[in-house]
Amino acid sequence: MKVSTMAEMMAAGTKPEVLFWVGCAGSFDQRAQKITKAFATILDKAGVVYAILGKEEACTGDPARRAGNEFMFQMMAYQNIQVMNAYEIKKIVTTCPHCFNTLKNEYPALGGNYDVIHHTQFLQELIENGKIKISDSNEWKGKTITYHDSCYLGRSNDIYEAPRKVLESLDVELKEMRRCKSKGLCCGAGGAQMFKEEEKGTSRINMERADEAIETKADFVASACPFCNTMMTDGIKNRDEEVKTEVLDIAEIIAKAIQ
Amino acid sequence: MEYISGIIFLILSVIAFYSFAKKLLTIKRNIHLGRQVELNDQPLERWKNVFFLALGQKKMFKNIPVALLHLILYVGFIIINIELLEIIVDGVFGTHRFFEPYLGILYPVLINSFEVLAALVFIACIIFLSRRNIIRLKRFISNDLTGWPKTDANLILIIEIVLMGLFLTMNAADPSANFMISSAIKPLLSNLNEHQLHAIEQSAWWIHILGIYGFMNYLPYSKHLHIVLAFPNAYYASLEPKGKMHNMVSIQNEVLYAMQPELAPTNVAAPEKFGAKDVMDLSWKNLMDAYSCTECGRCSAACPANSTGKLLSPRKIMMDTRDRLEIVGKNIDKNGQFVDDGKTLLNDHITVEELRACTTCNACVEECPVSISPLDIILELRRSLIMEDSNAPSEWNGMFSNIENNFAPWKFAPDDRDAWTKQS
Repeated sequence: MKVSTMAEMMAAGTKPEVLFWVGCAGSFDQRAQKITKAFATILDKAGVVYAILGKEEACTGDPARRAGNEFMFQMMAYQNIQVMNAYEIKKIVTTCPHCFNTLKNEYPALGGNYDVIHHTQFLQELIENGKIKISDSNEWKGKTITYHDSCYLGRSNDIYEAPRKVLESLDVELKEMRRCKSKGLCCGAGGAQMFKEEEKGTSRINMERADEAIETKADFVASACPFCNTMMTDGIKNRDEEVKTEVLDIAEIIAKAIQ
Repeated sequence: MEYISGIIFLILSVIAFYSFAKKLLTIKRNIHLGRQVELNDQPLERWKNVFFLALGQKKMFKNIPVALLHLILYVGFIIINIELLEIIVDGVFGTHRFFEPYLGILYPVLINSFEVLAALVFIACIIFLSRRNIIRLKRFISNDLTGWPKTDANLILIIEIVLMGLFLTMNAADPSANFMISSAIKPLLSNLNEHQLHAIEQSAWWIHILGIYGFMNYLPYSKHLHIVLAFPNAYYASLEPKGKMHNMVSIQNEVLYAMQPELAPTNVAAPEKFGAKDVMDLSWKNLMDAYSCTECGRCSAACPANSTGKLLSPRKIMMDTRDRLEIVGKNIDKNGQFVDDGKTLLNDHITVEELRACTTCNACVEECPVSISPLDIILELRRSLIMEDSNAPSEWNGMFSNIENNFAPWKFAPDDRDAWTKQS
C-alpha cells in the first residue's frame, strides 16, 4: 500500500492532517503489522491525509523507562522530539496505548507538545463525523464481542468509552468480562514485562485474563493494544484447545465492517 | 476530693495530648525526610479530592455494604468525640453533664444520637472482627499481615468495642440519665444500690476517657493513622494522568550534555543518586502515603502479579516503606542525625523479585481509597536498580541494547521499520 512518509510530504511541499505513529510492535511484529495495515486502510478510505515517520521513527522509550532505564528513555525521547519538532508535527494518532501514553503525557516535559489521540478515539470521531460508514450487513452483526481494556488506555488515561462506542456502532452485543473498565485485569505485558519472562508464581497473568474472556462466551475478543493482543492470543491458545476465540484489534474489526 | 481528681485528670489530659502531639511532630519530621516535590497547584481540584475521596469516601462506595459499615465507624468516631468535650470539662471541673442545662431539649437529642451511633459502631466492629477472624476474607489472611499487623487490626476493633461499651455503661449507671440505648441496659443494673451505681458510672467514666487517651496515643503507631492522614493525602494526591511517570531532571541534563557537550558546566558536582534506594530518596508524598496506609489490601487484591502468586504485594510495599521510615526516624532520634546502619529499603525490605513482577497496570493506585500510589515507589526503586546497580534481567539488557542500536526493543533492522507498507 502507498503510505507517505513525512520526508516525502516535506519534499512535495505538503503537510499531513495527522501523523500516524506506528510504534515498534506495529512496525515489526507480524501480528501487529496487520493492525497497522487495517488502520492505514481505514485512514485511506476516510480520506484522511496522513503520513508516517517511516525509518525516522524510533521506540518512544516506554519499556526502557518502566524498566527503570531513565537515561535510555530520555535519549529516545530527545531523538524523536527533534525529528517531530523539525517536521512541525501538531497532531499524532497511534495504535499503541503505550506510545500514546508516552507521547501524550511524558514528551511535553521534554519539549514535545502534540495533540495525541489513540486510534480508537480517532475511529470514534470518523464514525461520528460520517467519514466512514459501517455497512448494515457487516460481518460482525449479531455477534458477541468482549472488549479487553488496555491499562495504558483505561486506568492510565481514563479512556473507557471510545473503544466501546466504536464497537457498539457495529450492531454487536458487547459482553463485559468479570473485571472491566477501571477494574479491568492487566494482560501481563506492561511495565516492560513483554520483554522478559514472568516472575515465579502460581499462574500466568494472561491465562487468568484469557479465562475471564472465555467465560463471557463471546465470539471474539476485541483489543486496542498490540501487546494486549499478543498476550490474550497466547493466553486463549493455551486455555482453549477446542474453540479458537479470535483476538482482533478494533481497527481490524472496523476495517472489515466499513463500506 | 473532687478537686484532687480534677487535678489528676487535668495532668493526665495534658500528658496524653502532649505525647500525641509529640509523636505527630516526629511523623511530620519523618515525612519531610523525603525528597522535596511541589504539590500545591490547582487548589480547587485538590479540595475536590479532599471532599470526595477523603470526606465522601468515594472509592469505598464501590462496595456498598462495607462502605456503610465503614461510614458508621467514621461518623461515629467524629460525632461521638463531640461528647468528649463535655467529658473533659466534667473531668476538670468535677461537674456532671456540664452542657445539659445550657442545651435544653437539644441535649437529650445529642446524647441519644451518640448512643445510637455507639451501638451501631459496636455492631459494625463485631462484623469487621468476624470478617477478619471467622469469615477470613482473602485479603485479610495474606502473609503481609502475619504477626503485629494482624494484632494491630484486631486491637483497634476490640478497643472500639470496649470504648463504646463503656460509654453506654456510663450512661446506664447514671440514675439521672434516661437515653435510648443505655436505658435498655438499665435492667441489668437494677439490683444495685445507689453507691454501687455511682461507682460503676465513675469507673466507666474513667476507663472510657483513659481508654480514649490511650487509643489516641496508640493511633500514630498503628495502621489506624489513616483517619488523620487520609485528608492531607487526598489533598496532595497526584492530579496527573495515572500513566505519567515523573521526569528526572538530573537525567535530562545528563542526556543534554552527552548530546551537546559544550553545554556541560565545568566544576559541578556529579548528580545525586538516581532513583530510590532508601526512604530518604523517595518523595515526601511517597512517605506520607506509607503512614496513610491502613493495610486494607484492596491494592494487593487487584494486583495482577499478586493474584497470580508472584511475590509482589503493593500493600507490603507500603508497609515496608513505613517500617523502614520508622527505623530511620528512630536512628535519627538516637544519633541526632541519620547514621548509616548498612541497610536500605531496597534489598533489606523490598526484594528485587517483588519489583520485577510489577506490570505498572495502575490497578493498585486505582483501588486505594486514601490516594496512595504504591506504583510510584516501585518505579523509583526500579530506577535505582537499573541506574545505580545495573541490576537487570538479561532479557531486559537485550531489550536496552536493541533500543539503543536498532531503535526498537526487538532486534530488527531499523531500515525495515516501514517494510509493512510494501507487504500485500
